[in-house]
Amino acid sequence: MAQRYEVRLSGSGGQGLVLGGVILAEAVALFEGINAVQTQSYGPEARGGASKSEVIISDESIDYPKATKIDLLLSLTQEACDKYSVDLKEGGILIADKRMVTKLPEGNYKVYHLPIIDTAKEKAGKVFVANIVALGAIAGLLDSVSIENVEKAVLQRVPKGTENLNRRALALGYELVT
Amino acid sequence: MSGKEVFYQGNEACAEGALYAGCRFFGGYPITPSTEVAEFLSRRLPRVGGAFIQMEDEIAAMASIIGASLVGKKSLTATSGPGMSLKLENIGFACITEVPCVIVNVMRGGPSTGLPTGPGQSDVMQAKWGTHGDHPAIALAPASVQEIFNETVRAFNISERLRTPVILLTDEIIGHMREKITIPEKGELEIWDRPRPDCPPEEYLPYDTSKGIIPPMADFGSGYRWHVTGLNHDASGFPTNKPSLVQPEEERLMAKVTENLDIIEKYEHLTKDGAKVGIVAYGSSARSANAAIRLALEEGIPVDFIRPITLWPYPSQPTIEMAEKVDTIVVPEMNLGQMIDEVQRCIEGRAKVVGVNRVDGDPITPENILEKIREVA
Amino acid sequence: MAFDYDKYMRPGKLPHIWCPGCAHGIVMKSIIRAIDRVGLDKDRTVIVSGIGCASRMPGYVDFNTLHTTHGRSLAFATGVKLADPSLNVICVAGDGDALAIGGNHFIHACRRNIDITMVVFNNNIYGMTGGQFSPTTPHGKLASTTPYGNPDYAFDVVELSMGAGATYVSRGTVYHAVPLERQIADGITHKGMSVIDALCTCPTTYGRRNKLGSATDMILWFKDNTVGIKAAERLSPEERAEKILTGVFRQDIKPEYCEEYQKIIDMAKGA
Repeated sequence: MAQRYEVRLSGSGGQGLVLGGVILAEAVALFEGINAVQTQSYGPEARGGASKSEVIISDESIDYPKATKIDLLLSLTQEACDKYSVDLKEGGILIADKRMVTKLPEGNYKVYHLPIIDTAKEKAGKVFVANIVALGAIAGLLDSVSIENVEKAVLQRVPKGTENLNRRALALGYELVT
Repeated sequence: MSGKEVFYQGNEACAEGALYAGCRFFGGYPITPSTEVAEFLSRRLPRVGGAFIQMEDEIAAMASIIGASLVGKKSLTATSGPGMSLKLENIGFACITEVPCVIVNVMRGGPSTGLPTGPGQSDVMQAKWGTHGDHPAIALAPASVQEIFNETVRAFNISERLRTPVILLTDEIIGHMREKITIPEKGELEIWDRPRPDCPPEEYLPYDTSKGIIPPMADFGSGYRWHVTGLNHDASGFPTNKPSLVQPEEERLMAKVTENLDIIEKYEHLTKDGAKVGIVAYGSSARSANAAIRLALEEGIPVDFIRPITLWPYPSQPTIEMAEKVDTIVVPEMNLGQMIDEVQRCIEGRAKVVGVNRVDGDPITPENILEKIREVA
Repeated sequence: MAFDYDKYMRPGKLPHIWCPGCAHGIVMKSIIRAIDRVGLDKDRTVIVSGIGCASRMPGYVDFNTLHTTHGRSLAFATGVKLADPSLNVICVAGDGDALAIGGNHFIHACRRNIDITMVVFNNNIYGMTGGQFSPTTPHGKLASTTPYGNPDYAFDVVELSMGAGATYVSRGTVYHAVPLERQIADGITHKGMSVIDALCTCPTTYGRRNKLGSATDMILWFKDNTVGIKAAERLSPEERAEKILTGVFRQDIKPEYCEEYQKIIDMAKGA
């Protein structure tokens, strides 16, 4: 893998993107044995506002913990996409929600315009697992982490009793890209 | 290091480190971005028979941990800038009464309420000079989640051994950042406890320094009835305003730090052949500095690096060595120039000193520092 | 036989700093007799204070004593008590210390119902700093910072304590030293937050300025101007309005804070 791989998960507060970043980073750091650092940036809102969570993945030690040249960006809202896509590097991957993000940024990106929220709502049955659906898609596109290890990390973090729902959400997200 | 691997946030690592060090009391008040320390300990302290209390304000939180420490419990509080300002009064009380305790300040931006969710490093001078009156100051500034764990343990150890408050200065970035860390097995890290008296209670003088500058401290309730006061006091602990007693006592408080630098001072000093530029950086800015130094080397510019892990007392000696070698020292910090004054003070003009300063709520990037390196190289 | 105060006094720490005629000594002695009456172990008793004349009291008595910062005695005491609930914890504070700078700690200690006994040495003035008005200085009275009369209204310590949730609340005076002693003793044995509003006097900085007569006159004033709450029932509303009520206003049984926290410890250890 590349020396340093930067992932940014963006959307609005309450969409579970901080947790999504934590799960992805745990899958990488604890189960793949590769270095990962997770950070977040947030405003005063507990819900709403633009929110981002970042995961830096590297074979080497990670000094600067924030993303500057993003390899993979997830955006679940238009506001987040507009605000956070500026750091996406040329040739990078953009995963944008089909319903929420209608205007895609111009540039040389590999774009995956996916029905993440709709899949969560209609196929998984709960809109609040959109973050896990998104994780499934990310896992399908990342070389550094297997879907099995992401699932392990998901099950470690989600509330008891929601394991099947989350497992299904993850699989549905994975299917969107594979 | 062997032990349990976990993926922890800096604030969680701090709380876990406190438990490892033997902390059994936490008094706090909710404040961003430190609240996770309190939340973690509200779950974990009762499991080990300890106590967590959310007090009515920051002042009370600080007071409560001093009270608990006097009973013999290792005690912690955690806060951020606005709360730190309120705690200072009682931190001074802990200094003069020599009650061990650890204060975590997860620094955020701005004076007053400032940037509650943004990072800052603007409380480093407050950590040294915030409290009124002369007093010793010890502040540790870890730069990674593992280091937060280890330095929290060390903060308790130093506080206990020297009977003085110790401040752990982290910031919003490393406080909220998550990394894999190893929680060492019990016994792997040394744990120190405060000196306690072994004389008969009737002979106990709480500030008797005839056997060393750190007098033994009795737990309230253990049979040694003593008087604790924030007034200047004599060896018996009772108030005095005798000049011949006050001055040596105040000097002794300072000497506890200056005579124990071997257990307090900690820094990294990395040198490269031919470096004409040096960097002094701490906390999360040190991570950016590390990245910048690597990038500079790729461009053929060698850069020396000092990372104080103990911020106060400041590691003067290595900084003087650096100043004698390089032409320019770059000091990146998330404030408008605080530790840069300390660097200038201790090198006494041996090199030029320039800052890289950001207070906009975004971290200093490696690129910010690299630009400055190129400029001065 | 006369009461032997020496058993509880630290040798060599007198004379105290209080002015001639100050009534704080009467409250201190009432506290000592109350401690003796209850039979507290000196080694297991902690007396905590803040700043001010009253707060110098712990230095004179032979217990574990903690003279803290202005207004903060209850916050320190809360740490002491929760860290070792088997200790007996008593706080002493002046009215300014307890209710102005320490007002927030006061109401929250009451709210928690933590097992601390708080004795307010209520002399209606900041004495140590030279007679500035306090939260219990009556409206219109003179102080060094109310040269035209006090525009503020005073706290009623009893009402405040009850409103905030203290479960033992009483008021005594330095004229009625024996009932005061009994109230303090009951406050100590009461499991939960106890507040004793001990009305006392500051002839030097309050009495003189307000022409209240000699130190003795000021103490005698309590005799004529206070009435026990039982006796007050026999007075007309007009007569009662003229008097300060004394006695035990509340003595409720309610779960105490440290006992509640012990349940949390038991629960967490089981989890």
